[in-house]
Amino acid sequence: MTETTDPASRSGYADHPPRMGFFTDTSVCIGCKACEVACKEWNGVPSAGGRDLLGLSYDNTGGLGADTWRHVAFIEQTKPMRQEGADGPGGDMRWLMASDVCKHCTNAACLDVCPTGSLFRTEFGTVVVQEDICNGCGYCVPACPYGVIDRREDDGRAWKCTMCYDRIGDGLEPACAKACPTDSIQYGPLEELRERAAARVEEVDGARLYGDDPSDGVGGDGAFFLLLDEPEVYGLPPDPVVTTRDLPSMWRHVGAAAGVMAALAVAAFGGAK
Amino acid sequence: MTTTDRPNGSSFQRKQKAERPMVPKAEFGSYYGSPVLNPPVWESPDIPGYLFLGGLAGGSSLLGAGASLTGRPALAAVTKSGAIAGAALSMYFLVHDLGRPARFLNMLRVFKVTSPMSVGSWLLAAYVPAAGVAAATDLWGMAGLRDLPGRRLLGAASTAGAAVLGPFVASYTAALISDTAVPSWHDGYPEMPFIFTGSGAMAAGGLGLLGTSVLGASAGEAVPARNLALLGAAMESAAMRRMTRRLTLTAEPFATGRAGKYVKAAKILAGLGAAGTVASAFPLPVRARRAVAAVSGVALVAGSACTRWGIFHAGVASAEDPKYTVIPQRERLESEAAGHAGSKG
Ligand code: SF4
Ligand code: SF4
Repeated sequence: MTETTDPASRSGYADHPPRMGFFTDTSVCIGCKACEVACKEWNGVPSAGGRDLLGLSYDNTGGLGADTWRHVAFIEQTKPMRQEGADGPGGDMRWLMASDVCKHCTNAACLDVCPTGSLFRTEFGTVVVQEDICNGCGYCVPACPYGVIDRREDDGRAWKCTMCYDRIGDGLEPACAKACPTDSIQYGPLEELRERAAARVEEVDGARLYGDDPSDGVGGDGAFFLLLDEPEVYGLPPDPVVTTRDLPSMWRHVGAAAGVMAALAVAAFGGAK
Repeated sequence: MTTTDRPNGSSFQRKQKAERPMVPKAEFGSYYGSPVLNPPVWESPDIPGYLFLGGLAGGSSLLGAGASLTGRPALAAVTKSGAIAGAALSMYFLVHDLGRPARFLNMLRVFKVTSPMSVGSWLLAAYVPAAGVAAATDLWGMAGLRDLPGRRLLGAASTAGAAVLGPFVASYTAALISDTAVPSWHDGYPEMPFIFTGSGAMAAGGLGLLGTSVLGASAGEAVPARNLALLGAAMESAAMRRMTRRLTLTAEPFATGRAGKYVKAAKILAGLGAAGTVASAFPLPVRARRAVAAVSGVALVAGSACTRWGIFHAGVASAEDPKYTVIPQRERLESEAAGHAGSKG
């Protein structure tokens, strides 16, 4: 691992465990939502409340948020499957199921913009909110390019997946990975997961990896996916970029605009003899 | 099993606006049309008010310093009071919008240049006392109270400090909103600070016109306010036009829905205000001049506020509709792929 791709070293951990991650292989997801339930149980995440039947296929969760740290998407597609030799019913319909989660980005916008230092990088390279520090400014919410973190209405603080920081510190796997009956959610050292995923993507027709590439707009994800269709079909952004990549240029424009404003004022008095 | 390249199971067909031919074909994949992003939890009036008042305060501190230097006591009093009132109210809005207002001081726990909100909190921590002391020392003198030793020096130093920091108070909020994944805010980042400082200058000029008229100050006092209002209005409208012309799809939210109404109202108010400001420079009877200047000042301040409300709502709308996230990213990927193919072939 080089300095630039290892977020824990970059954050000043001299000696740290390998970067840990999730590889979610959606091709074996059966949509049982055991991950959603296990996550809520272990982390004491309250009910999202109010939302009953959303009418989005079997998805009544909707998306990631303060009270949903794993979200199983259900996509019903009508597609020409053209499976050779296979007759029988239902040939043109397919299901896509995928369990979404915080990506624990290498370059995490939520962490960059947090003004209180509540969001921090752990020794495992993951991104975690310290709830005793968060003042609920809400900046992390629109900063996240994946729509993951959100502010909880009643307590005013921001919440998201911690990759079960309390469990992995004790050498346990996160609750969702533990509960997943098909090993769609795999937890482990990121390097190992990437190798496994590279082999798996060769085996599955129409499969692609998402978030595995350290040269993408967020420097690669700590939680990446094997998908069977375009990311946007699953509600994922096709080419996310960490917004702070442009921040140096933003600051330069801010400085220039402030200078121009001062110049306007000088001109306003200069012309008023 | 083969899959077609384009998702069709959950493609969304959006109506294309006939008057905007540059908007690319609006077919894109999404998850039941739900937003990719979690839209901002920031609320109106807190956050647009915060953006607006920062501009008003910053511009007023510049006018206040100039007014003191050039011997315009009424203009100095109005703008210095306006600066601290604006800054104080904007701080109120900022704290009010927090999920945990009691933990406001956690903002000053760290300093992070990667967080415009952190930079802004420190900036305000320096600016607000300076603007406050500048106003207090000025009003003390105006009120004709027994002079205190060092008041003038303290007044001059705080006035200068507020004038140096003021333009940054007006402009950093542009980075604050642009440093997000919100498509219309992020894409607009090169012009946004110029819209904000232009708008802030316009609002401060408007406040100066209004205040000097109400106080019945001599015609000469209002001249710099008039100049700044016109220069600011020109800059705001030029930068806004440049931004909305440069952007393609993500310009749409500035012209449609709730945001579109505010942006339109801002244009009308700024236009009327600027016209009235010019009219107030002509030799009119004193009462008529003051009335025209006061009404124009109000229009300019209101116009500046409408610009910020428009920008605020445009960003929220762009985050709520997945097309503004998905289509530009998809196009970027496609043009990169075409670029690679081109360079290889
Ligand atoms: S996915 Fe969003 S919430 Fe998770 S680390 Fe990345 S920016 Fe932060
Ligand atoms: S809401 Fe909390 S975690 Fe999010 S940026 Fe603000 S202080 Fe940080």
